[in-house]
Amino acid sequence: MTTTTSIRRSGLGKAIGGVGRAREFGILIALALVVIAATAKNPNFLFSADGWRDLLLTPSILVLVAVGQAIVIITRNVDLSVGSVMGLTAYLTGRLFIDIPGIPIIVVVIAAVVFGALLGLVNGALVAFAKVPAMVITLGTLYAYRGINVLWAGSDRVNASDMPKDFLALGTAQLIGIPVLAIVALIVLAIAAWYMRNTRAGREYYAIGSDPAAAELYGLKVTRRLLTAFVLSGALAGLAGVFYAARYGSVSSQAGAGWELDAVGAAVIGGIAITGGVGSVWGAAIGAMLLMTINRALPILGIQDFWQRAVVGALIIGAIVLDRLLAVRQKRRLIEARDES
Amino acid sequence: MAVEVENRSPADAALELHRVVKSFGPVVALRSGSLTLRSQSIHALIGENGAGKSTLVKIMAGLYRRDSGEFRLHGGDVDFTSTAQSKAAGIAVIYQEPTLFPDLSVTENIFMGRQPTNAIGRIDRRSMRQEVEQIFQRLGVALDPDRITEGLSIADQQIIEIAKAISLDASVLIMDEPTAALSGVEVERLFAVARSLRDEGRAVLFISHRFDEVFALCDTVTVMRDGAYISTTPIAETTVDELVRQMVGRDVTELFPKQTVPIGEPLLEVSGLTSPGVFHDISFNVRAGEIVALAGLVGAGRSEVARALFGVDAYREGQVRMLGETVPRRSPTHAMRAGLALVPEDRRKQGLVIESGVGSNITMAIRSRLAKFGLLTTGMENRASKEWASRLEVKAHALDTISSTLSGGNQQKVVLAKWLATHPRVLIIDEPTRGIDVGTKAEVHRLLSQLAGEGMGILMISSELPEVLGMADRVLVMREGRITAEIGRSEATSENVMFAATHATELHS
Repeated sequence: MTTTTSIRRSGLGKAIGGVGRAREFGILIALALVVIAATAKNPNFLFSADGWRDLLLTPSILVLVAVGQAIVIITRNVDLSVGSVMGLTAYLTGRLFIDIPGIPIIVVVIAAVVFGALLGLVNGALVAFAKVPAMVITLGTLYAYRGINVLWAGSDRVNASDMPKDFLALGTAQLIGIPVLAIVALIVLAIAAWYMRNTRAGREYYAIGSDPAAAELYGLKVTRRLLTAFVLSGALAGLAGVFYAARYGSVSSQAGAGWELDAVGAAVIGGIAITGGVGSVWGAAIGAMLLMTINRALPILGIQDFWQRAVVGALIIGAIVLDRLLAVRQKRRLIEARDES
Repeated sequence: MAVEVENRSPADAALELHRVVKSFGPVVALRSGSLTLRSQSIHALIGENGAGKSTLVKIMAGLYRRDSGEFRLHGGDVDFTSTAQSKAAGIAVIYQEPTLFPDLSVTENIFMGRQPTNAIGRIDRRSMRQEVEQIFQRLGVALDPDRITEGLSIADQQIIEIAKAISLDASVLIMDEPTAALSGVEVERLFAVARSLRDEGRAVLFISHRFDEVFALCDTVTVMRDGAYISTTPIAETTVDELVRQMVGRDVTELFPKQTVPIGEPLLEVSGLTSPGVFHDISFNVRAGEIVALAGLVGAGRSEVARALFGVDAYREGQVRMLGETVPRRSPTHAMRAGLALVPEDRRKQGLVIESGVGSNITMAIRSRLAKFGLLTTGMENRASKEWASRLEVKAHALDTISSTLSGGNQQKVVLAKWLATHPRVLIIDEPTRGIDVGTKAEVHRLLSQLAGEGMGILMISSELPEVLGMADRVLVMREGRITAEIGRSEATSENVMFAATHATELHS
């Protein structure tokens, strides 16, 4: 009988808890390197009013979408419709300003978020009730939502002149030197991070992604959690749609096309395991910043257009290979530790 | 759950099952299951494979619903439709292989779905951790509450399940063969935990195949056989012999039309086959016209030996020879060429392309032989498969009937036909009649006997004693990865086979 009354508190447990954070730290370093390299080549990249603003403003929209995407991927699903949801809500934003003159900005924001949430609910319901893999469902809604957008907008586009000046000003406004949109994104990110870490719902997303069969055996409310995850992803894409309209001032029926892949890429680069259960929304947000910043930095560093996409691709593959290696190494270490004890 | 937990004395039944029946289609898994668990007592449940123990456990766990019979918890009638209800009523089940969330910490695994929260829904990590530390201290285990559960040993995973049960304050703990994968020290630790749970006033059910454990740990024992209750006795008033007799005591019916045929030359010879941790020093042979049964309990390593012989799994030492020629390891293609065929236990996963037609399933293993210039037509497939389908009386409308729509018995025949079409010299068949109805069972037995009569050697893995005793010319018994007995047809009895399968000592070699 091994009666050990004291709890073994090896460094191992702590080290493993720290692996996730180390992963985010690595991405942060990569981000810093990119910024430093681009600034060395052209100091304006960081040390000009525009440069500083763009550094924070450009990733803000993707951060929102990536956070929503991260929540869905953590449950071992994926939401490929976020780009189309964003396009639809961006167009809705413009239409509301055109069709209802004088509508308060806050009402428009709420309408866009609610609309995005409803589109997410459709995804979630199809995944949770029809039990069809999310990859297929959301690939379908990616096209369906875009189709609705084309049908609605036609060749029409919303221009900056159609929207109130106060709203457009939001797109570039700053508060103590920080763009307002970036502040909003940061607040949303902080709330999401708290929610994922400290609430039952948040932890259950991880549990469902870690082992869906065990989640059923534990009696977790899997259906409800999956619905919520997709609703959150849709709502955040909806908010991103409003940001998009404010930032770019012009919305066509193709707004947001391709963003779903950027969002998945950002999450994966940020350490969210595509098989679910692992990662944090902070990581996904940093991944989004890295992705957008690299896109801006590469031309400055003199890298041709042609190679830019390849660099992003290499980054995603590199991140996945790195995670795989870390996971294998960790598993081996855990088993060694078990055999020693 | 409104049950009276107060005022219970040790004499009152904590959990009571009476004449519980459960069937799946035509297969009756539980004919009449009865069980009474008392607080402050460890109760053993024993029986052969297929005696209905697991079905009984799943009914208590809320995974299955009984068809009829009584189910009472602390005197009140219950009827669970989900595992959550069973859990809420205070029943905790510790399975042989626990299901945990590998990416989450030990503490989170224990509290998932019911973490303590404050007014705004924030999880109180500190009190969670404190409770886990207290439980671990009480259980006397050294486990880091903050580590993730990935890579934990089975024993530690079970401790987490037990900790979960304690933190839920479960009044009934069911341990379903918890010691099967544990080392000696780990078993001792588990026993100490089980005893302290009993002394706290809980009812513990312990399912095991190891009599030494049952006698060391339990207070009373219930025996089941063929899906029915046989007896309940205080452990002090019974013996191993008596329990074995009750477990197997039934007539070996003449369901088994075994012909006596002349036994020929050795076809398959296995010597010193070893795969560390799985099986050790396995040596035997199978001769022409002979049916050799590989008996033993589930998990004794029988299927693993079959897979290794056939080249599916690797082995470290030893040799497999067919007709004097060495069969290369790790190559099913060579094994097939040498004249071996393997009909696996899990037909749906390993033996049958379930979404394909009967005809193409039968010709699956002989495709390359059948094809002309690399092309294979449905007509060619049908001609080849017709012979076997009709010889085995596969009941399908047509050869393109999708296999998943067939009954278990007919699926088994399709898999058999597929391998027989390769004209093997030795057929390895794993649990030939599991999950099929009585009529088809007899047909499969007749066919095996007939094949042996034609000079084929058959290695039959079976957990059903009547089948083993009725069909085999020779019985090899495996226990924990070793062959513990070799018994000829005339000497084989339920008792000596069961004894060799469950006891450490070699008495019948």
